[in-house]
Amino acid sequence: MVANQKMLNCEQVWREISNYIDSDVDTALRSSMDEHFRTCKRCASVLAGTRNVVQLYGDERMLEVPAGFSQRLENRLVNRLVVNTASSGSRWSSWAAWLVPVAALALIAGGLKLANTLTFKHPVKSILAAPGHDIPPDMVVVVSAGSKLFHVPGCSFIRDKATERTLTAKEAIQDGYVPCSRCLRQYLKTGLSEHSGAELDAADDDAGGRPEEVVSVTGH
Amino acid sequence: MVLKNPEQTGARERELISDVQRGQHELFYELVRPYERRVFAAALAILRNEQDAEDVAQEAMLKALANIRQFRAEARFSTWLIQITVNEALMRRRRERTVAMEGLDGHRSGRGDEEQEYAPRDFADWREIPSEALERKEVRLKLAEALGTLDRKYREVFVLRDMEHLNIQETAEALGITVASVKTRLLRARLMLRDLLAAGWEQGWFSRLPFEKGNKPW
Repeated sequence: MVANQKMLNCEQVWREISNYIDSDVDTALRSSMDEHFRTCKRCASVLAGTRNVVQLYGDERMLEVPAGFSQRLENRLVNRLVVNTASSGSRWSSWAAWLVPVAALALIAGGLKLANTLTFKHPVKSILAAPGHDIPPDMVVVVSAGSKLFHVPGCSFIRDKATERTLTAKEAIQDGYVPCSRCLRQYLKTGLSEHSGAELDAADDDAGGRPEEVVSVTGH
Repeated sequence: MVLKNPEQTGARERELISDVQRGQHELFYELVRPYERRVFAAALAILRNEQDAEDVAQEAMLKALANIRQFRAEARFSTWLIQITVNEALMRRRRERTVAMEGLDGHRSGRGDEEQEYAPRDFADWREIPSEALERKEVRLKLAEALGTLDRKYREVFVLRDMEHLNIQETAEALGITVASVKTRLLRARLMLRDLLAAGWEQGWFSRLPFEKGNKPW
């Protein structure tokens, strides 16, 4: 043992000094090192300093966080809880999750079908639904239920005379109505005059027009 | 780190863990609050940037909450939390590491440094810096600065081992390195910090503090 102690040089002590502090050296090595520290001032200084380092940095006061850290962390955790609670939180959540996109697709498909049906029944975007030009804004016109056209009072193409309503041309246009292609023909684009009376009749007759398109929609 | 009443704290913690595991997630912050500073320090040791470290600390906490059922009672909760944090931070660094950073670290340490032995430089009688000095912000700042100058492989091991109080085995597992590497790096980190603190005395970091020789307030 005595021989071993004498054999330890400073480099060997430094190599083990960290393990020594952590009590991770065997008894023989520990006593050899103890002996070395008693006689070597340099190594005693290295040991004291290294211990000081471990003690200082190991102090909880060295663990500092930026201002507001705790609050931000708590907020983030609370936000996560809110999200979790709102979206699921129960056992069926995992398998129910895939239902969400499926339901969304079903809604979109249904919505499209419904929209198509409505569109074909009310072809307001047809070539006849053209806005007029230079219509006197104060001109008295008539609209009725079931049609998006406005007419000169007394026009024979007013769709439902029982529900007819009188207003100015300006108001009718603001409400989304377009001029009747018969009684207000002079205010429509010149291009429209090419269309035959039969076409115009069919278009204004909302319920009966475009039978082939109605079939294509209801055929599903 | 010394807990005031470890027995009581441990019992309360076990209670909180099982409550959170059973779904009382609103108790999670109470459970992790005592460790939030350690979590931040672990992230900072790896990322060096406070903003990133805070972000990773939050992410790690959320991950711990999401995986709370996987926590087993035989482990220490704090260690489990720190390991999740280290993992998150390492992943972040791998993702965002820049060539510049690698260059900096490489330049400072050089290859094979770890194998070379580090010899202490300062052998003057050690002037003890007492724990009371840590009450002073400038002292804490200087110590943090000294730590910041270490290469990341030494800094990481030192922080996990000496500041987070993980044991050698846990430190090795968290960083994915061998026990032998942990020991080598830890030795080097401690010796380098000792030299930096010794130099700090010379630069007057601690010289005007009341604990200087002949002027001790206690």
